[in-house]
Amino acid sequence: MWTFFHKLASPPHFYRLAAILIPWLAIPGLLLIAYGTYNGLFVAPEDYQQGDAFRIIYVHVPTAYLSMMAYMFMAVGGGIGLIWRMKLAHAVGAAVAPLGAAFTFLALLTGSIWGRPMWGTWWEWGDPRLTSQLILLFLYFGYMALRSAIDDTAKADKASAVLALVGVVNVVIVHYSVEWWSSLHQGQTLLKKGGPAMDPAMLYPLLAMILGFTLLFGALLARRVRTEVLFRERRSRWVRELVLAPIGGR
Amino acid sequence: MISDKPSQPGIFRGLYATTRRDLLLAWKRPGDILNPLFFFAMVCTLFPLAVGPSPEQLIFFGPGVLWVAALLATLLSLNTLFLSDHEDGSLEQLLLSAQPLPVLALGKTLAHWLISGLPLVIISPLLAMTYHLSATVVEVLMLTLFLGTICLSLLGSIGAALTVGLHRGTALLSLLILPLAMPVLLLGANTVSLAADNDPYATGIWALGAYAVAALSLAPYATAAALRISNE
Repeated sequence: MWTFFHKLASPPHFYRLAAILIPWLAIPGLLLIAYGTYNGLFVAPEDYQQGDAFRIIYVHVPTAYLSMMAYMFMAVGGGIGLIWRMKLAHAVGAAVAPLGAAFTFLALLTGSIWGRPMWGTWWEWGDPRLTSQLILLFLYFGYMALRSAIDDTAKADKASAVLALVGVVNVVIVHYSVEWWSSLHQGQTLLKKGGPAMDPAMLYPLLAMILGFTLLFGALLARRVRTEVLFRERRSRWVRELVLAPIGGR
Repeated sequence: MISDKPSQPGIFRGLYATTRRDLLLAWKRPGDILNPLFFFAMVCTLFPLAVGPSPEQLIFFGPGVLWVAALLATLLSLNTLFLSDHEDGSLEQLLLSAQPLPVLALGKTLAHWLISGLPLVIISPLLAMTYHLSATVVEVLMLTLFLGTICLSLLGSIGAALTVGLHRGTALLSLLILPLAMPVLLLGANTVSLAADNDPYATGIWALGAYAVAALSLAPYATAAALRISNE
């Protein structure tokens, strides 16, 4: 068990492991997304209230959930990096932040596109989820800005890890405070909580999309961490050997 | 600060000494206290000039404006929190001190709040009067600002510690702290708005108080960790 972790923490080992892992994540992920897209967009019945507009949930729900998942990766990676001084964990944090920001942006974008026919506006300050996602996006920006402002990688790693950990406490506070705030201002609730059970024809494509996006996220993350590790270890021997090795020989 | 005696002074001595030192330093340079206050007053003046002097409107957006101005004024004063100590090397002495660093960080943050937060609370009624806010609303405003500036100073000390010694520190500090400070602003300003509408507002006060207590007990540790990272 522990030797597995120690091996995982070693950059060259991770670099090789990730190369094997990526197709195993990406191919099932893409297949699930293809299945979910086709069934979600063409097969699933229309919603009795929202018509075809509801179909954006097939993109919106996975991106929104991954935007928060990425933040957890960042904070947990930062925590592990600070406590056990594991360099790979910091590399995960560095690699996941732009990915998380991208997913947060996509969640905001799809939410706003959905809001246009449903609420009649692109942006609705009264909706707690939109507002807290926006704050989440700003938290990602702050994290990336801090990282890029510090030249020394080891220092940037630790400083941004502290910020990610402070931020993760804050995300919870943001969630509840925004909910309290919007309950003051919102006249009527636009979406009922825990509405009627979903039709299986709608539900299964959604589950497929969530799983598919998660796998794709894993593949993208593995790829980004791989690049990050390669860059950070650019002066080490194994990278030099890898680069100088004859093509095809890994 | 540096004692020759082998016996270790208690942590309250350390807290007191750091706070006292920062207060003394601020007393010698009154500009540090006054600038954020002037900034606060000026931002509060900008809004009526931009939006118009009608009293109904001023009452309506007054709580929000005062709160945003207080947030910005606190932010403005934050980058000096560790800067001069970093420049003259006394920050390193604090790090080397046998006193627990979180306590010293808390001492500096406390001094920062006394210098920049408390004066804001004290002059806020003056500005609130120009926004035609009623006496009870002003009381709530002062209470929320009192709790809120504590939260902002503590949160800000983490950001200031993370960015101390960086070239683009000031803009970066705002970028780091503003998203963290949003819940404080939201709770503070909306509580005052609720009070202005004669709605029950106790929830906001309790939530701000809880935030202040949580920040008071957790933020010094984050600030201390950040200071160590910035100075290694």
